[in-house]
Amino acid sequence: MLDINDLLNKLETELKRVIVERGLVDPLMIGVRTGGVWVAEQLHQRLGIKDELGLLDISFYRDDFSQIGVNPNVKPSHLPQDIKGRDIILIDDVFYTGRTIRAALNEIFDYGRPNQVVLAVLIERDGKQIPLCPDCVGTSISLNAGQRIKLTGPSPLGIHLQTLDAVA
Amino acid sequence: MTENIQLNSKGKLKHFLSIEGLNKTLLTEILDIAESFIGMNDQQIKKVPLLRGKTIVNLFFENSTRTRTTFELAAKRLSADVLSMSIATSSTSKGESLLDTIRNLEAMFVDMFVVRHGISGAAHFIAQHTSPHISVINAGDGQHAHPTQAMLDMFTIRQFKQDFSNLRVAIIGDILHSRVARSQIQALNILGAAEVRVLAPKTLLPSHVESLGVNVSHDLTSGLKDIDVIIMLRLQKERMTSALLPSESEYFKCFGLTEAKLKIAKPDAIVMHPGPINRGVEIDSKVADGPQSVILKQVSNGIAIRMAIMAMAMQKQGAAE
Repeated sequence: MLDINDLLNKLETELKRVIVERGLVDPLMIGVRTGGVWVAEQLHQRLGIKDELGLLDISFYRDDFSQIGVNPNVKPSHLPQDIKGRDIILIDDVFYTGRTIRAALNEIFDYGRPNQVVLAVLIERDGKQIPLCPDCVGTSISLNAGQRIKLTGPSPLGIHLQTLDAVA
Repeated sequence: MTENIQLNSKGKLKHFLSIEGLNKTLLTEILDIAESFIGMNDQQIKKVPLLRGKTIVNLFFENSTRTRTTFELAAKRLSADVLSMSIATSSTSKGESLLDTIRNLEAMFVDMFVVRHGISGAAHFIAQHTSPHISVINAGDGQHAHPTQAMLDMFTIRQFKQDFSNLRVAIIGDILHSRVARSQIQALNILGAAEVRVLAPKTLLPSHVESLGVNVSHDLTSGLKDIDVIIMLRLQKERMTSALLPSESEYFKCFGLTEAKLKIAKPDAIVMHPGPINRGVEIDSKVADGPQSVILKQVSNGIAIRMAIMAMAMQKQGAAE
């Protein structure tokens, strides 16, 4: 099954390669709440990123507001540095439909115009619904319709494969 | 019972008409969501797409500066289309009834009305008669309620004092005519404040005021002891129909908040006022502009709290069924 340390090692290697390939200079790291922040905390440390980690809560930017309403557990986003002109590494735990990343990019651009954004996710699964894809992944997997991946954390970080009840 | 109109079948906010009938969980949820909207002030583009494509009409049958502008700004920051109508300049002055005005606006595909009216119950009346998909928010009705003001005050108190359970709050001044005070008292009691104390001359207190869940004092000097939060109310000259007070200067002498009187309260007490301020009538300028005053903070917080309430009321469409 999926091993969290293997995935983090792989993602770290991938990120280092992409940082060179894309020529990122003094990048800022931003994690998407909640799972993405946990993964970002690990990578932030491993890559020795200078600036404080940014925390993004995309609740106000979701495209399903009229169906599900405001998330009562929303927390303020916290981007401590000015992102204008900066190179950004955006981190999430799972890339699935792509809608979270669309919302995250919209929110980031409301804070300012970055120079470039690289997307790194721990796990990419099938089920993409919009034309976005990650630049680096820990792994790519295929799941059945009723299955989903759940990250638990922040310490220790764990990955769980859940099978949802078909009725739900 | 009648306040249940505020909630949909799943207990979510649909209209926001009064604090009465809402529980601690819901009030806390409003405060929590508003907290995240405050964070938006760091954004270069201070806008979120939550209410994109929705139309909000501010219907103001009474004058207002702060409330109308903060509602308008809140709607715009949620990306709604908003139009503000001062009814004194509209067709009601040509004899159109309130319901006809509402029907005509509904025909323009409005999603929400924000209503201020001089008659108690006006917002409730509109909520009862408007189309089911429309939300109504009370921006002040007669002497009944001003629930969004009360919520922004609760938000400001929580910002400075965190927990309500140890707080002693004094509300000072014209309680009789104040819709703000009624809503504040309800909110403070629901959120579990240790004590709500009203300080006013007998002529400016409603009869049986104790039944609202407050302690009463007619003396500022003894009444300010142990107080953590001081809420001053404006002396509502326009609502004074009979001789309730000898004079403004006499009122200031007895119930005006000065630096000397402020010292009687706890040293870290905060001073609030819903505005507009009558300087030298209910509050001394040195206190209003002093280090313990959080009056302008209240105004800023008004935007975030109104964003939270509007967003929560508008989520009903999909969430209801």
